[in-house]
Amino acid sequence: MARAQNQSCLEPDWSANILRVRDTRDETAFAELFAHFAPRIKGFLIKSGASATMAEECAQETMVTVWHKAHLFDPTRASAATWIFTIARNKKIDAFRRSARPEPEDLAWGPEPEPEASDALVLQQETQKLAKALEQLPKKQRDIVRRAYFGDLTHSELAQETGLPLGTIKSRIRLALNRLRQTLSE
Amino acid sequence: MTVKHVLNDQLAMGYAAGALPEAFDIVVAAHLSLSDESRALVSSYEAVGACVMEECDSVELKSDAFAATLGRIKSSDTVIEKPGPKGVLPEPIQKYLGGDLEKVKWKSLGGGVKQAIIPTNDTAQARLLFIPAGQSVPDHGHRGMELTLVLQGSFADEVDEFARGDLEIANEDLNHQPIASMDADCICIAATDAPLRFNSLLPRLLQPFFKI
Repeated sequence: MARAQNQSCLEPDWSANILRVRDTRDETAFAELFAHFAPRIKGFLIKSGASATMAEECAQETMVTVWHKAHLFDPTRASAATWIFTIARNKKIDAFRRSARPEPEDLAWGPEPEPEASDALVLQQETQKLAKALEQLPKKQRDIVRRAYFGDLTHSELAQETGLPLGTIKSRIRLALNRLRQTLSE
Repeated sequence: MTVKHVLNDQLAMGYAAGALPEAFDIVVAAHLSLSDESRALVSSYEAVGACVMEECDSVELKSDAFAATLGRIKSSDTVIEKPGPKGVLPEPIQKYLGGDLEKVKWKSLGGGVKQAIIPTNDTAQARLLFIPAGQSVPDHGHRGMELTLVLQGSFADEVDEFARGDLEIANEDLNHQPIASMDADCICIAATDAPLRFNSLLPRLLQPFFKI
Protein backbone atom coordinates (compact mmCIF):
# COMPACT_ATOMS: atom_id res chain seq x y z
CA MET A 1 0.00 0.00 0.00
CA ALA A 2 1.42 3.35 -1.00
CA ARG A 3 0.14 5.21 2.00
CA ALA A 4 2.21 5.45 5.13
CA GLN A 5 0.65 3.86 8.18
CA ASN A 6 1.32 6.43 10.81
CA GLN A 7 0.10 9.77 9.61
CA SER A 8 -2.51 11.68 11.51
CA CYS A 9 -5.35 13.72 10.03
CA LEU A 10 -2.84 15.11 7.55
CA GLU A 11 -3.85 12.50 5.09
CA PRO A 12 -4.29 11.83 1.45
CA ASP A 13 -7.84 12.12 0.25
CA TRP A 14 -9.63 9.13 1.70
CA SER A 15 -12.93 10.48 0.51
CA ALA A 16 -12.04 9.37 -3.03
CA ASN A 17 -11.88 5.80 -1.70
CA ILE A 18 -15.34 6.08 -0.16
CA LEU A 19 -16.73 7.40 -3.44
CA ARG A 20 -15.16 4.46 -5.29
CA VAL A 21 -16.80 2.08 -2.84
CA ARG A 22 -20.08 3.88 -3.40
CA ASP A 23 -19.89 4.00 -7.18
CA THR A 24 -18.23 0.74 -8.18
CA ARG A 25 -18.10 -1.37 -5.01
CA ASP A 26 -14.32 -1.21 -5.37
CA GLU A 27 -12.81 -3.74 -2.96
CA THR A 28 -9.28 -2.41 -3.38
CA ALA A 29 -10.40 1.06 -2.33
CA PHE A 30 -12.22 -0.54 0.58
CA ALA A 31 -9.15 -2.57 1.59
CA GLU A 32 -7.11 0.66 1.75
CA LEU A 33 -9.74 2.30 3.94
CA PHE A 34 -9.81 -0.77 6.14
CA ALA A 35 -6.02 -0.90 6.52
CA HIS A 36 -5.91 2.73 7.59
CA PHE A 37 -9.04 3.16 9.67
CA ALA A 38 -9.91 -0.17 11.28
CA PRO A 39 -6.81 -0.31 13.55
CA ARG A 40 -7.33 3.31 14.57
CA ILE A 41 -10.98 2.66 15.38
CA LYS A 42 -9.92 -0.32 17.46
CA GLY A 43 -7.29 1.78 19.23
CA PHE A 44 -9.79 4.57 19.86
CA LEU A 45 -12.36 2.16 21.32
CA ILE A 46 -9.82 0.52 23.61
CA LYS A 47 -8.81 3.99 24.82
CA SER A 48 -12.51 4.54 25.48
CA GLY A 49 -12.49 1.56 27.82
CA ALA A 50 -13.87 -1.15 25.54
CA SER A 51 -12.46 -4.65 25.79
CA ALA A 52 -10.28 -5.88 22.92
CA THR A 53 -13.09 -8.21 21.81
CA MET A 54 -15.67 -5.45 21.76
CA ALA A 55 -13.29 -3.03 20.04
CA GLU A 56 -12.55 -5.60 17.33
CA GLU A 57 -16.25 -6.26 16.85
CA CYS A 58 -17.14 -2.55 16.66
CA ALA A 59 -14.26 -1.81 14.28
CA GLN A 60 -15.45 -4.53 11.89
CA GLU A 61 -19.06 -3.41 12.20
CA THR A 62 -18.02 0.18 11.52
CA MET A 63 -16.34 -0.86 8.28
CA VAL A 64 -19.40 -2.91 7.25
CA THR A 65 -21.48 0.25 7.70
CA VAL A 66 -18.95 2.32 5.72
CA TRP A 67 -19.59 -0.04 2.81
CA HIS A 68 -23.36 -0.07 3.15
CA LYS A 69 -23.82 3.65 3.82
CA ALA A 70 -21.26 4.99 1.35
CA HIS A 71 -24.14 6.61 -0.57
CA LEU A 72 -24.78 8.90 2.42
CA PHE A 73 -21.23 10.25 2.53
CA ASP A 74 -21.01 13.92 1.50
CA PRO A 75 -17.40 15.16 1.27
CA THR A 76 -18.51 18.80 1.43
CA ARG A 77 -19.96 18.26 4.91
CA ALA A 78 -17.47 15.87 6.49
CA SER A 79 -14.01 14.54 5.77
CA ALA A 80 -13.71 10.78 5.36
CA ALA A 81 -12.16 10.50 8.83
CA THR A 82 -14.97 12.56 10.38
CA TRP A 83 -17.66 10.48 8.73
CA ILE A 84 -16.04 7.23 9.79
CA PHE A 85 -15.56 8.58 13.32
CA THR A 86 -19.31 9.24 13.63
CA ILE A 87 -20.08 5.66 12.57
CA ALA A 88 -17.55 4.24 15.06
CA ARG A 89 -18.91 6.46 17.84
CA ASN A 90 -22.44 5.25 17.13
CA LYS A 91 -21.36 1.60 17.15
CA LYS A 92 -19.71 2.16 20.50
CA ILE A 93 -22.86 3.67 21.99
CA ASP A 94 -25.12 1.06 20.40
CA ALA A 95 -23.03 -1.67 22.00
CA PHE A 96 -23.16 0.14 25.31
CA ARG A 97 -26.91 0.78 25.28
CA ARG A 98 -27.84 -2.33 23.33
CA SER A 99 -30.14 -0.18 21.22
CA ALA A 100 -29.78 2.14 18.27
CA ARG A 101 -28.53 5.62 19.05
CA PRO A 102 -30.85 8.46 18.06
CA GLU A 103 -29.42 10.24 15.04
CA PRO A 104 -30.71 13.31 13.24
CA GLU A 105 -32.63 12.51 10.10
CA ASP A 106 -30.46 11.85 7.07
CA LEU A 107 -30.48 14.68 4.64
CA ALA A 108 -31.82 13.73 1.26
CA TRP A 109 -29.34 12.45 -1.28
CA GLY A 110 -29.60 10.93 -4.68
CA PRO A 111 -29.83 12.31 -8.16
CA GLU A 112 -28.68 15.83 -7.32
CA PRO A 113 -25.45 16.94 -9.01
CA GLU A 114 -22.13 15.76 -7.61
CA PRO A 115 -20.95 18.10 -4.84
CA GLU A 116 -18.30 20.60 -5.90
CA ALA A 117 -14.90 18.96 -5.66
CA SER A 118 -13.36 22.26 -4.59
CA ASP A 119 -15.73 22.47 -1.61
CA ALA A 120 -14.72 19.00 -0.53
CA LEU A 121 -11.08 20.00 -0.82
CA VAL A 122 -11.56 23.12 1.28
CA LEU A 123 -13.32 21.09 3.96
CA GLN A 124 -10.49 18.56 3.94
CA GLN A 125 -7.98 21.38 4.39
CA GLU A 126 -10.01 22.85 7.24
CA THR A 127 -10.06 19.45 8.97
CA GLN A 128 -6.28 19.26 8.63
CA LYS A 129 -5.94 22.73 10.12
CA LEU A 130 -8.10 21.59 13.00
CA ALA A 131 -5.84 18.59 13.58
CA LYS A 132 -2.84 20.94 13.68
CA ALA A 133 -4.62 23.29 16.07
CA LEU A 134 -5.42 20.34 18.34
CA GLU A 135 -1.75 19.30 18.32
CA GLN A 136 -0.73 22.81 19.23
CA LEU A 137 -3.08 23.26 22.18
CA PRO A 138 -1.41 23.42 25.57
CA LYS A 139 -1.10 19.87 26.90
CA LYS A 140 -3.66 20.32 29.66
CA GLN A 141 -6.30 21.61 27.26
CA ARG A 142 -5.55 18.96 24.67
CA ASP A 143 -5.91 16.25 27.28
CA ILE A 144 -9.33 17.55 28.28
CA VAL A 145 -10.51 17.48 24.67
CA ARG A 146 -9.18 13.96 24.15
CA ARG A 147 -10.68 12.66 27.38
CA ALA A 148 -14.06 14.06 26.37
CA TYR A 149 -14.02 11.88 23.26
CA PHE A 150 -12.83 8.83 25.17
CA GLY A 151 -15.88 9.23 27.41
CA ASP A 152 -13.79 10.04 30.46
CA LEU A 153 -15.52 13.31 31.27
CA THR A 154 -18.92 13.87 32.76
CA HIS A 155 -21.20 16.23 30.97
CA SER A 156 -20.58 19.06 33.40
CA GLU A 157 -16.82 18.64 32.96
CA LEU A 158 -17.07 19.17 29.21
CA ALA A 159 -15.40 22.41 28.36
CA GLN A 160 -17.47 25.43 27.39
CA GLU A 161 -14.38 26.66 25.60
CA THR A 162 -12.03 24.19 23.98
CA GLY A 163 -9.65 26.79 22.59
CA LEU A 164 -10.05 25.19 19.17
CA PRO A 165 -10.73 27.44 16.17
CA LEU A 166 -14.01 25.93 14.96
CA GLY A 167 -15.44 29.05 13.30
CA THR A 168 -14.19 28.45 9.77
CA ILE A 169 -14.97 24.77 9.52
CA LYS A 170 -18.41 25.41 10.94
CA SER A 171 -19.21 28.07 8.35
CA ARG A 172 -17.99 25.78 5.54
CA ILE A 173 -20.33 23.01 6.71
CA ARG A 174 -23.12 25.55 7.13
CA LEU A 175 -22.63 26.69 3.50
CA ALA A 176 -22.71 23.10 2.28
CA LEU A 177 -25.99 22.55 4.14
CA ASN A 178 -27.44 25.74 2.62
CA ARG A 179 -26.55 24.59 -0.87
CA LEU A 180 -28.03 21.17 -0.23
CA ARG A 181 -31.29 22.71 0.99
CA GLN A 182 -31.40 24.93 -2.09
CA THR A 183 -30.86 21.98 -4.42
CA LEU A 184 -33.61 20.09 -2.68
CA SER A 185 -36.12 22.89 -2.96
CA GLU A 186 -35.48 23.55 -6.66
CA MET B 1 -35.44 27.11 8.59
CA THR B 2 -34.86 29.92 10.98
CA VAL B 3 -34.34 28.50 14.39
CA LYS B 4 -33.36 31.15 16.89
CA HIS B 5 -32.32 29.16 19.95
CA VAL B 6 -29.64 26.63 19.13
CA LEU B 7 -27.20 24.27 20.83
CA ASN B 8 -24.36 25.54 22.96
CA ASP B 9 -20.78 24.29 22.60
CA GLN B 10 -20.93 22.09 25.66
CA LEU B 11 -23.92 20.10 24.42
CA ALA B 12 -22.67 20.02 20.82
CA MET B 13 -19.39 18.54 21.98
CA GLY B 14 -21.18 16.14 24.32
CA TYR B 15 -23.38 14.91 21.48
CA ALA B 16 -20.43 14.63 19.06
CA ALA B 17 -18.40 12.74 21.65
CA GLY B 18 -21.31 10.46 22.50
CA ALA B 19 -21.15 11.57 26.12
CA LEU B 20 -24.80 12.49 26.71
CA PRO B 21 -27.45 10.30 28.32
CA GLU B 22 -29.91 8.77 25.86
CA ALA B 23 -32.75 11.14 26.76
CA PHE B 24 -30.59 14.14 25.86
CA ASP B 25 -29.41 12.42 22.67
CA ILE B 26 -33.03 12.12 21.53
CA VAL B 27 -33.76 15.80 22.08
CA VAL B 28 -30.50 16.92 20.47
CA ALA B 29 -30.98 14.59 17.46
CA ALA B 30 -34.49 15.98 17.00
CA HIS B 31 -33.19 19.54 17.25
CA LEU B 32 -30.43 18.83 14.71
CA SER B 33 -33.11 17.63 12.32
CA LEU B 34 -34.59 21.14 12.51
CA SER B 35 -31.53 23.39 12.78
CA ASP B 36 -28.73 23.46 10.22
CA GLU B 37 -26.85 25.90 12.43
CA SER B 38 -26.65 23.34 15.23
CA ARG B 39 -25.97 20.52 12.77
CA ALA B 40 -22.94 22.43 11.48
CA LEU B 41 -21.72 23.02 15.04
CA VAL B 42 -22.02 19.34 15.94
CA SER B 43 -20.28 18.36 12.68
CA SER B 44 -17.37 20.62 13.64
CA TYR B 45 -17.04 18.82 16.95
CA GLU B 46 -17.24 15.52 15.10
CA ALA B 47 -14.27 16.68 13.04
CA VAL B 48 -12.42 17.19 16.33
CA GLY B 49 -13.38 13.65 17.32
CA ALA B 50 -11.96 12.35 14.05
CA CYS B 51 -8.65 14.05 14.83
CA VAL B 52 -8.62 12.45 18.30
CA MET B 53 -9.33 9.07 16.73
CA GLU B 54 -6.60 9.53 14.10
CA GLU B 55 -4.09 10.37 16.82
CA CYS B 56 -4.78 7.14 18.70
CA ASP B 57 -2.22 4.39 18.54
CA SER B 58 -3.35 1.78 16.05
CA VAL B 59 -4.23 -1.63 17.42
CA GLU B 60 -3.97 -4.41 14.87
CA LEU B 61 -7.11 -6.37 14.16
CA LYS B 62 -7.19 -10.15 14.04
CA SER B 63 -5.47 -11.57 11.00
CA ASP B 64 -8.73 -12.67 9.40
CA ALA B 65 -10.55 -9.42 10.19
CA PHE B 66 -10.67 -8.07 6.64
CA ALA B 67 -11.99 -11.33 5.22
CA ALA B 68 -14.50 -11.53 8.06
CA THR B 69 -15.68 -7.98 7.34
CA LEU B 70 -16.09 -8.69 3.63
CA GLY B 71 -18.04 -11.80 4.61
CA ARG B 72 -20.36 -9.73 6.77
CA ILE B 73 -20.83 -7.25 3.95
CA LYS B 74 -21.77 -9.95 1.51
CA SER B 75 -24.17 -11.66 3.85
CA SER B 76 -26.06 -8.42 4.52
CA ASP B 77 -27.72 -6.04 2.12
CA THR B 78 -27.30 -2.35 1.76
CA VAL B 79 -30.44 -0.94 3.25
CA ILE B 80 -31.35 2.32 1.64
CA GLU B 81 -33.58 4.08 4.08
CA LYS B 82 -35.88 6.52 2.43
CA PRO B 83 -36.47 9.63 4.50
CA GLY B 84 -39.65 9.04 6.47
CA PRO B 85 -42.80 11.05 5.89
CA LYS B 86 -42.55 14.51 7.38
CA GLY B 87 -44.64 14.97 10.46
CA VAL B 88 -44.84 17.07 13.58
CA LEU B 89 -42.30 14.81 15.28
CA PRO B 90 -38.82 14.74 13.75
CA GLU B 91 -37.57 11.34 12.61
CA PRO B 92 -35.44 10.48 15.67
CA ILE B 93 -38.54 10.73 17.88
CA GLN B 94 -40.72 8.89 15.37
CA LYS B 95 -38.23 6.02 15.45
CA TYR B 96 -38.77 5.68 19.19
CA LEU B 97 -42.54 5.79 18.92
CA GLY B 98 -42.92 3.87 15.69
CA GLY B 99 -44.82 6.76 14.13
CA ASP B 100 -45.92 10.37 14.45
CA LEU B 101 -48.34 11.96 16.92
CA GLU B 102 -50.97 9.27 16.39
CA LYS B 103 -48.66 6.85 18.22
CA VAL B 104 -48.31 9.00 21.34
CA LYS B 105 -50.02 7.60 24.42
CA TRP B 106 -50.81 10.78 26.33
CA LYS B 107 -51.47 10.85 30.04
CA SER B 108 -53.27 13.80 31.54
CA LEU B 109 -51.46 16.03 34.00
CA GLY B 110 -54.58 18.14 34.61
CA GLY B 111 -55.70 21.44 33.11
CA GLY B 112 -55.54 20.00 29.59
CA VAL B 113 -51.80 19.47 29.87
CA LYS B 114 -50.65 15.99 28.85
CA GLN B 115 -47.38 14.12 28.84
CA ALA B 116 -45.95 10.92 27.41
CA ILE B 117 -42.72 9.43 28.70
CA ILE B 118 -40.33 8.10 26.08
CA PRO B 119 -38.67 5.02 27.56
CA THR B 120 -34.88 5.07 27.59
CA ASN B 121 -32.16 2.91 29.06
CA ASP B 122 -31.07 5.27 31.78
CA THR B 123 -32.41 7.51 34.48
CA ALA B 124 -32.38 10.72 32.46
CA GLN B 125 -35.92 11.11 31.18
CA ALA B 126 -37.41 12.29 27.92
CA ARG B 127 -41.07 13.20 27.70
CA LEU B 128 -43.42 14.73 25.19
CA LEU B 129 -45.55 17.55 26.55
CA PHE B 130 -48.84 18.84 25.19
CA ILE B 131 -49.83 22.29 26.41
CA PRO B 132 -53.17 23.73 25.23
CA ALA B 133 -52.99 27.20 23.69
CA GLY B 134 -52.77 29.85 26.37
CA GLN B 135 -52.08 27.35 29.16
CA SER B 136 -48.98 27.16 31.28
CA VAL B 137 -46.92 24.11 32.13
CA PRO B 138 -47.47 22.90 35.69
CA ASP B 139 -44.72 24.12 37.93
CA HIS B 140 -41.82 21.79 37.58
CA GLY B 141 -38.56 22.11 39.38
CA HIS B 142 -35.56 20.60 37.72
CA ARG B 143 -32.60 19.86 39.81
CA GLY B 144 -30.19 19.40 36.96
CA MET B 145 -30.32 20.47 33.37
CA GLU B 146 -33.50 20.54 31.34
CA LEU B 147 -33.59 20.65 27.55
CA THR B 148 -36.87 21.64 25.92
CA LEU B 149 -37.41 21.51 22.16
CA VAL B 150 -40.55 22.97 20.62
CA LEU B 151 -42.18 20.79 17.97
CA GLN B 152 -45.46 22.59 17.40
CA GLY B 153 -46.84 25.99 18.37
CA SER B 154 -44.70 28.09 20.67
CA PHE B 155 -44.23 29.02 24.30
CA ALA B 156 -42.86 31.98 26.17
CA ASP B 157 -41.16 32.21 29.51
CA GLU B 158 -38.98 34.68 31.41
CA VAL B 159 -36.16 34.07 28.96
CA ASP B 160 -37.77 34.48 25.55
CA GLU B 161 -40.24 33.04 23.05
CA PHE B 162 -39.58 29.59 21.65
CA ALA B 163 -41.07 28.25 18.41
CA ARG B 164 -40.70 25.02 16.40
CA GLY B 165 -37.06 23.94 16.34
CA ASP B 166 -36.01 26.22 19.20
CA LEU B 167 -34.15 24.59 22.05
CA GLU B 168 -34.25 25.99 25.55
CA ILE B 169 -31.31 24.96 27.73
CA ALA B 170 -32.32 25.53 31.34
CA ASN B 171 -30.05 24.99 34.28
CA GLU B 172 -31.23 24.60 37.82
CA ASP B 173 -30.84 28.30 38.50
CA LEU B 174 -33.60 29.08 36.01
CA ASN B 175 -37.06 29.15 37.50
CA HIS B 176 -39.42 29.35 34.63
CA GLN B 177 -43.04 28.74 33.88
CA PRO B 178 -43.51 28.34 30.16
CA ILE B 179 -46.86 29.51 28.76
CA ALA B 180 -48.13 28.28 25.39
CA SER B 181 -49.02 31.03 22.95
CA MET B 182 -52.70 31.70 22.26
CA ASP B 183 -52.70 30.78 18.58
CA ALA B 184 -51.87 27.05 18.78
CA ASP B 185 -51.54 24.11 21.13
CA CYS B 186 -47.90 23.62 21.96
CA ILE B 187 -46.07 20.28 21.73
CA CYS B 188 -42.55 19.95 23.11
CA ILE B 189 -40.07 17.27 23.97
CA ALA B 190 -38.17 17.78 27.18
CA ALA B 191 -35.29 15.89 28.74
CA THR B 192 -34.22 16.14 32.34
CA ASP B 193 -31.45 14.40 34.16
CA ALA B 194 -33.51 14.13 37.33
CA PRO B 195 -33.72 12.36 39.66
CA LEU B 196 -29.95 12.10 39.60
CA ARG B 197 -27.61 14.95 38.97
CA PHE B 198 -26.05 14.66 35.56
CA ASN B 199 -22.47 14.75 36.74
CA SER B 200 -22.92 11.75 38.95
CA LEU B 201 -25.03 9.89 36.41
CA LEU B 202 -22.62 9.31 33.60
CA PRO B 203 -19.80 7.53 35.43
CA ARG B 204 -22.34 5.30 37.10
CA LEU B 205 -23.84 4.36 33.75
CA LEU B 206 -20.50 3.72 32.16
CA GLN B 207 -19.27 1.65 35.04
CA PRO B 208 -20.51 -1.79 33.99
CA PHE B 209 -19.63 -1.29 30.37
CA PHE B 210 -16.41 0.64 30.31
CA LYS B 211 -15.13 -0.63 33.62
CA ILE B 212 -14.21 2.81 34.84
